[in-house]
Amino acid sequence: MEDGLALHHIGVRFGGLTALEDVSLRVCPGEVVGVIGPNGAGKTTLFNVVCGFVTPQTGSLSLDGRPLRPRPHRLTRLGIARTLQGTGLFAGLTVLENVMAGATHTARAGLLPALLGLPRSDRDERRLREHALTVLDELGIATHAGAAPDTLPFAVRQRVGLARALAARPRLLLLDEPAGGLGAEDVDALADLIRGLPHRAADPCAVLLVEHHMDLVMAVCDRIVVLDFGRVVAAGPPEAVREDPAVVDAYLGATVEAERSEAERRHEQ
Amino acid sequence: MSATRAVAPPARHAAEPVRPGRSVPTVLRHLAFATGAALVVLVLSYQLDSFRNFQLATVAAYLCATAGLTVLTGLCGQLSLGHGALMATGAYTLALVQNAFAERGLTAGGLLILSLAVAVLATVVVGAVVGVAAARLRGPYLAGLTLAVAVVVPALTVTFNGVFNGEQGLSVPMAPAPRALGPYFPYERWQLWTAAVATLLCLVLLANLVRSRYGRAFRAVRDDEVAARLAGIHVARTQVIAFVVSAASAGLGGALLAVLAQSVSPGAFGLTLSLFLLMAVVIGGLGRLAGAVWGAFLLVALPDLTHSLTSLFTLSPAAAQRLEGNLPLAIFGVTLIVVMIAAPGGVQGLLSRLTGTLRVRWRHHRS
Repeated sequence: MEDGLALHHIGVRFGGLTALEDVSLRVCPGEVVGVIGPNGAGKTTLFNVVCGFVTPQTGSLSLDGRPLRPRPHRLTRLGIARTLQGTGLFAGLTVLENVMAGATHTARAGLLPALLGLPRSDRDERRLREHALTVLDELGIATHAGAAPDTLPFAVRQRVGLARALAARPRLLLLDEPAGGLGAEDVDALADLIRGLPHRAADPCAVLLVEHHMDLVMAVCDRIVVLDFGRVVAAGPPEAVREDPAVVDAYLGATVEAERSEAERRHEQ
Repeated sequence: MSATRAVAPPARHAAEPVRPGRSVPTVLRHLAFATGAALVVLVLSYQLDSFRNFQLATVAAYLCATAGLTVLTGLCGQLSLGHGALMATGAYTLALVQNAFAERGLTAGGLLILSLAVAVLATVVVGAVVGVAAARLRGPYLAGLTLAVAVVVPALTVTFNGVFNGEQGLSVPMAPAPRALGPYFPYERWQLWTAAVATLLCLVLLANLVRSRYGRAFRAVRDDEVAARLAGIHVARTQVIAFVVSAASAGLGGALLAVLAQSVSPGAFGLTLSLFLLMAVVIGGLGRLAGAVWGAFLLVALPDLTHSLTSLFTLSPAAAQRLEGNLPLAIFGVTLIVVMIAAPGGVQGLLSRLTGTLRVRWRHHRS
């Protein structure tokens, strides 16, 4: 089966620095795949390759067996949505508008109907608003629909970011460190949520997850890919990866450092 | 982006509250509002003397430009120092078309609509060219590009002397007010009607756009370009649309100014005008069409104010003239700084905060 997203032997170099080398991975429908690795292992670069922010020098991508040349603003059209580290919300838009913005590619009315304020544009807006409210409701944050993002606690803002991505009705959701800055309780709730994504009643989606938080990754992922210095050093189900000596060497040795930088970041906030 | 961010506070009040189940079409709501405004202008046009009528018409002309600029800078986050030049494009195009009509003996008043349309179209073309370049630039580089436009366009009128008649400028032949209005109908009142109708139509279109997904895309692009792209928004295209729409509004404003003054000259559309427009928009309340209204009033009222201010002192005519020429800019600058410190949301921001407080008090009072 060729379904889902596949990366074939991706290589990315920034000048003399090798960010990714010969990285292959696949996310099939219904799967939650985690990418872990120490800081600078190439996790974010990997996401940027999938989103089209970075063009790999070698290798190729495919989606459902067809070659994929991603461009960021076309992603949602292809059924791929991504959340950003932090929250990446639009500060000048309400929560509802943020989520509506996520479903931009489903809008049909063009510039002229919008300029003339025609009912066609209004219908579009009503449909987007209802859809956005449904997603907000699903994530349990519909009461904040009218609020400005800045006024909300971080955990809620993080969910708004998730809602914005889900509003695009993706078949594949890329989560970039969704647990960053969350408390233990919130991480547990997030884990339940992520596990449920491939089984949503409407618009079920596979998940590719980049995360530092080991407990979360171990709890939600069907498969884990471990990166170190831009290479895949291990891949497999969580229990196998946890035991892998290469992982213990490369990753757990660095967890202390990662946690320290995390603590520093929180201190700065 | 930092330069633009500095002048674009989050337009929190532009955010739409949740109002489910509304079914009045946007265009009807905005048209109803415009009709109300038109009635007010109609009443005022009979209450005010000819000079005030003319001033109000000038406010309407400036309002097109400030409204367009507030959408571009306030909502889409693109700074433009070149809107004065876009106004000049509209004004000169209108003058050329009106002259072409007059040379062929076409003097029907209705042709003005065609002239205005051509003027807007010409500005759309210029705006599209500048907009495509602008979409590639950020912050100070964007400011630099638009600044160049502001300087180059008036200079072109001198370079191509044969067409634009240099510093002298062009006269704009205008048809008299329709005969049906009677022989003693003040021309200024007719001018106000013309300008008000054109401006209100422009505002309705802008308000429709701002309320649509395009308005949301403008603000999304302003707030976070990466997130906007990932949300499926074509950032460059959105910025070009904002620039073109804004340019079209400025072109209409410039054309209306030419209609009112019945002449155009490069002096009226210098860099100062661009700076004035920007300051007016910021003082009025960036990103809000209502703020653009305050800004337009300010643009007309301020020279008037400085004139009466300088006439308070006994000065030599030369000194008075110099002072009058520079005082508006100085006062505008000072006002801008005061507004930025005291009320970053501008006049309109202050007003909506005030009405918000009053509403809360009123509810408190009733319960």
